Amino acid sequence: MRKVSYPYLGNATITFQKLMKALGNDVVLPKRPTEETLSLGTKYAPEFACLPFKIVLGTYIEALEAGADTLVSTGGVGPCRAGLYTTLHEKILKSLGYDFEMITLEPPGRHLRDLIASIKKLVSKKLSIADYFRIGRFVWKELQLLDKAEKLSHKIRPLEVKKGETTRTYKKCAELIAQAQSYRDLVEIEREIELLYEKIEKKDIDPIKIGIVGEIYVVIEPAANLEIEEMLGDLGVYAERSMFLASYTFYNAVMDLFRMPGERDVKKLASPYFKEMCGGHGRESVGNAILFAKRGFDGVIQLSPFTCIPEIVAKSILPKVCAEYGIGFLPVTLDEQTGKEGLRTRVEAFVDLLAAKRKKKKMNLGKGDVVYGTLSGY
Amino acid sequence: MAHYLGIDVGSVSTNLIIMDESGEVEEAVYIRTQGQPIKAVQEGLRLLNSRGHGKWDIRGVGTTGSGRQLAAVIAGADIVKNEITAHAVAAQKEVPDVRTVIEIGGQDSKIIILRDGVVTDFAMNTVCAAGTGSFLDQQANRLGIPIEEFGSYALRSKNPVRIAGRCAVFAESDMIHKQQLGYKIEDIIRGLCQALVRNYLNNVGKGKEILPRVVFQGGVAANVGMKAAFEEALGMEVYVPKYHHVMGALGAALLARDAGVEKTKFRGFQASDIEFAADSFECQGCSNHCEVVNIKMEGKVIARWGDRCNKWKVIEDSGAA
Repeated sequence: MRKVSYPYLGNATITFQKLMKALGNDVVLPKRPTEETLSLGTKYAPEFACLPFKIVLGTYIEALEAGADTLVSTGGVGPCRAGLYTTLHEKILKSLGYDFEMITLEPPGRHLRDLIASIKKLVSKKLSIADYFRIGRFVWKELQLLDKAEKLSHKIRPLEVKKGETTRTYKKCAELIAQAQSYRDLVEIEREIELLYEKIEKKDIDPIKIGIVGEIYVVIEPAANLEIEEMLGDLGVYAERSMFLASYTFYNAVMDLFRMPGERDVKKLASPYFKEMCGGHGRESVGNAILFAKRGFDGVIQLSPFTCIPEIVAKSILPKVCAEYGIGFLPVTLDEQTGKEGLRTRVEAFVDLLAAKRKKKKMNLGKGDVVYGTLSGY
Repeated sequence: MAHYLGIDVGSVSTNLIIMDESGEVEEAVYIRTQGQPIKAVQEGLRLLNSRGHGKWDIRGVGTTGSGRQLAAVIAGADIVKNEITAHAVAAQKEVPDVRTVIEIGGQDSKIIILRDGVVTDFAMNTVCAAGTGSFLDQQANRLGIPIEEFGSYALRSKNPVRIAGRCAVFAESDMIHKQQLGYKIEDIIRGLCQALVRNYLNNVGKGKEILPRVVFQGGVAANVGMKAAFEEALGMEVYVPKYHHVMGALGAALLARDAGVEKTKFRGFQASDIEFAADSFECQGCSNHCEVVNIKMEGKVIARWGDRCNKWKVIEDSGAA
């Protein structure tokens, strides 16, 4: 039996484990990346590789040490170099003396045959069409539910009366989902999640709203972005990120299969500023920032790994876009050198800035009046 | 009369100010942190107390700077703020029509853009600390010039030498190289100031619209050479406020005053005699292995931080901040 492992990506890690097991594999569950994971990755990665590359490399090493013999990863199409990363990871790991098979899941639109061949390798027991349907339905529902629980936590955290209650509730929800074994379980859990969040005591305020855009891995994985969403929530801010795994998978795998451009509306919004595609999520970052502005958000934070070209291109466009739409902009570059305290200082100051701006708008002050950015939220 | 205490604990210096209700600074102390923030804050409180002889009625305390959380626990603060907001607030108070704040401290440099009394943008150094106080200190030391006179050397120069200022280490080796070639010290120092200003404007100030009035604050603002280099590069007057070196503390005090504190958590100046200690342990609760820090007052844990999951956040209530 294959012992499969794969990169850690938030809560989807559990769902993927269930999928791999349902297909008849053994799973070495990847650990949540820690400082050690990052130092391992940094040690063997090229210096100017990006943060996700280093974290994932570290995760692979830990998984191989724990006995995995197969690594599953996703490919991609250029110009972002992430498409080459799987190959490079494989080369580095083989040169370190690890014996394993690397299976790359390429986007279906362009590499359907490769994808089917890869998936075939991962199916280690006989399954009927009905089985595939059952597994697919379950995994999809679980991903959606995980996203839902997380979205609710972002919505409620800035309003909570007792600090930390939302985080605890969210962890409980994630555990419940992790324990689910069937589609019916998930339907029941969905109701329970809503009830759990309803029970949290909430303040009646209109919190500052910040949208998060940027590169997918650092946006989705809290270990990579130093839990910026929780940090914002604790400051009394409603933070919403532009990307969630279920919708991302849908847009970029399913739509791609039918040769439909994923996230068409977002790309259209970005087109006056960003006509060419530059790989990664550069164009989506700009488009999503505009989307947030149109929905009345106060500001946008862009998360990008150090040396990430698509995001650098977006970073040079975003200040202009945000100024035109009248919302605040804070770029955050992440790598293994980034400290949490430094990030907190900047994020806090950014929130103060947005609060002062909002207050000023409300009070319609004249010139020379001083507005301090302290909110009642925290 | 009511008074407010502001504390700014930075990497290099720890500053405390006492401000009255109207915002006038009554007393300011500036001490070296020397890697011991707890000791520095206590020393500051002791100094203030000896100068005030108990005449101040402290109604609010604000802390800022990289050691703000620690200072808040020791002194008992009502408001804890990041240094960007604190500096902006203080600059606005001292120079109401300010539109650009240049702030260079021991390890940090930042730019704050204000329009009509609101902070609209800011940036902080991320990858390099060239041009900050520690680097200038080190160079003055290496050249055997007291740091106070460093700037006036620069003003004496007529022919500045071009120094590579992108990185502190390379700036130093370039300076040494120019010295070996026989350039005059004052020309090298002026060249260094220009290089550091260039570096600041290219990295920290990049893409920001710098409009007058420009306020220059932080420890480095005392350096007349740096002020002159900024004025030369920007082509406009740069204003250095009187309390430029304690602006963070002033901002913290102003924020404490305006926070509408009903009853201050201030421990009193006696806090300088209480025994505070910090220790840490690695939590083994999950694979994160967070380093958790305990702050102890007379042996009892009164504050804790560093854990990601908040497992250790709750401490048996002891009136801690």
